[in-house]
Amino acid sequence: MTSTSLPADLASPAPAGAASASADFTPRYWLFSLPAVLVIGAVIVFPWLFTLYMSGQDWKIGGGVEFVGLGNFAELMKDQRFIESMGHTAYFTVLAVVLPIVFGTAAALVFHREFPFRGLLRTIFVMPMMATPVAVALVWTMMFHPQLGVLNYLLSLVGIGPSGWVYEPSTVIPTLVLVEVWHWTPLVMLIVLGGLAGLPREPYESALIDGANDWHMFRHITLPLVWPFIMVAIVIRTIDALKAFDTIFVITQGGPGTASETLNIFLYLQAFQFYKIGYASAVVVIFFVIIIMLSLLLLYARQKSKWNA
Amino acid sequence: MNRTLKKVGFWASVFVLVSPAVLVFLWMISLSLKNELDNTAFPPVFIPNPPTLKNYVDVFAQNNFGLYLWNSILVTGGAVLLGLLVGVPAGYGIARGKAHKFAVLILVARMTPALSYLIPLFLLFQITGLVGSITALVITHLVITIPIIVWIMIGYFENVPMELEDASRIDGATTWQAFRHVALPLAKPGIVVGGILAFIFSWNNFIFSVVLGGKASRTLPSAVYNSLTFEQISWGPLAAAALLVTLPVLLVTVVAQRQIVAGLSAGGLKDG
Repeated sequence: MTSTSLPADLASPAPAGAASASADFTPRYWLFSLPAVLVIGAVIVFPWLFTLYMSGQDWKIGGGVEFVGLGNFAELMKDQRFIESMGHTAYFTVLAVVLPIVFGTAAALVFHREFPFRGLLRTIFVMPMMATPVAVALVWTMMFHPQLGVLNYLLSLVGIGPSGWVYEPSTVIPTLVLVEVWHWTPLVMLIVLGGLAGLPREPYESALIDGANDWHMFRHITLPLVWPFIMVAIVIRTIDALKAFDTIFVITQGGPGTASETLNIFLYLQAFQFYKIGYASAVVVIFFVIIIMLSLLLLYARQKSKWNA
Repeated sequence: MNRTLKKVGFWASVFVLVSPAVLVFLWMISLSLKNELDNTAFPPVFIPNPPTLKNYVDVFAQNNFGLYLWNSILVTGGAVLLGLLVGVPAGYGIARGKAHKFAVLILVARMTPALSYLIPLFLLFQITGLVGSITALVITHLVITIPIIVWIMIGYFENVPMELEDASRIDGATTWQAFRHVALPLAKPGIVVGGILAFIFSWNNFIFSVVLGGKASRTLPSAVYNSLTFEQISWGPLAAAALLVTLPVLLVTVVAQRQIVAGLSAGGLKDG
């Protein structure tokens, strides 16, 4: 379990390949992709197009379909609940990006060093990322229990009064962020660790000779060099935080009231609780536009990390 | 003196980093091994005394846990196998044919919230009468498995040197034979990585089964979630069930952590 198991080149699977095939070989490779094209067309592209079409319709399951053009979007802009869900999403996303980035980078610096049991400890550290979110969310729910939960007991041990955790509107989003941080800090760690693995030795040696301390070396050498990787991690975290659903749904279902109703939860309720298919489709389209913009940013960040790495 | 201090500080930070993961999992185990009285005691009982396996027995006896486990195996197994069958050649085709636009499409698919596929697919399955069937779930899980497998395979095939295939073609191999006997064996680690990650994300998926799964076709995550709402909160069995649901994934993580780490720092995206 040496650091060599971590590819330094984060950008390697990016579509811009370095293979040497000449262009006239291209058509024969199409056949390899054909089955995937068909399946992806059916389960991915068809849903996209259908959603786009549906976003222009007013349709509740059981009722008739009526074309309303941009009516759903206009209605959304006036929907207080939707606006609030955007706010919750933004609040959740900012916290659920910044904290894992800070902790994950710190963790990467630690796991970059050589120390006994590093492989084992890293495996343990990475486990939350793999654990089934629903299963873990159920355990968190028990831990957040206001009277019987272990967390309030632990707080009382250090002399802090009980927290409302997910049962109070003011603490519910930070609490959900806590779960998200627990789950996804390891992913940031892995990405940054990949960056650290590719760092050159020389700048550190000359800095040591110049008498720089650890902080200086981190601030002026390490950070600028791994920054492209951190950027990739930031974009990935942002997209993932926007998509966060399982834990929020299981722990609060958007409650108390609508205090933790994010865009994703709002979308789910509109579609599968109220069966407002057209309206929900419009939410998906807005969501999709946000994601596409971030995807472009990711591609850009990837390219950038490639140039610098 | 300064060095010892630094060493202590370092190990303290390692401890702080690892403890959240350890504590949550230990608490999960603790809950699952205690009787109901100890689980709802305050102050909490930390060490099960005596530990009981009753919760685990209950999970299997009172729920259709076996059935849901089988459903999960069918859905995830089916989606991963089909995903590999379709995705590995596609990764090869994209890497060799330089189908960059298709690669970008795959990337966007990886980033789209899983929830947004659900409305159209739900309607589609309703029309075809497939709602509540295992088939519908397998098809929907392809949304998870195919993009990740294709994305990872592109990376691996791009690293297989073209010269080897060219050489085999000069010896008279067809494109298919060059793929089957030259590129495919070399990209085997990629197939393992892609398969493992697809397995994990498909196994962990929750929302597809909530919406599309019927009483008899539910997968484990949504079945455990439903047991929470239907039988009232009984912590011990619930913790035991939760642990059993996530155990296969954790075991895979321990066994294949090297491949997972490689795949994730390369693919860098989770599902969802």
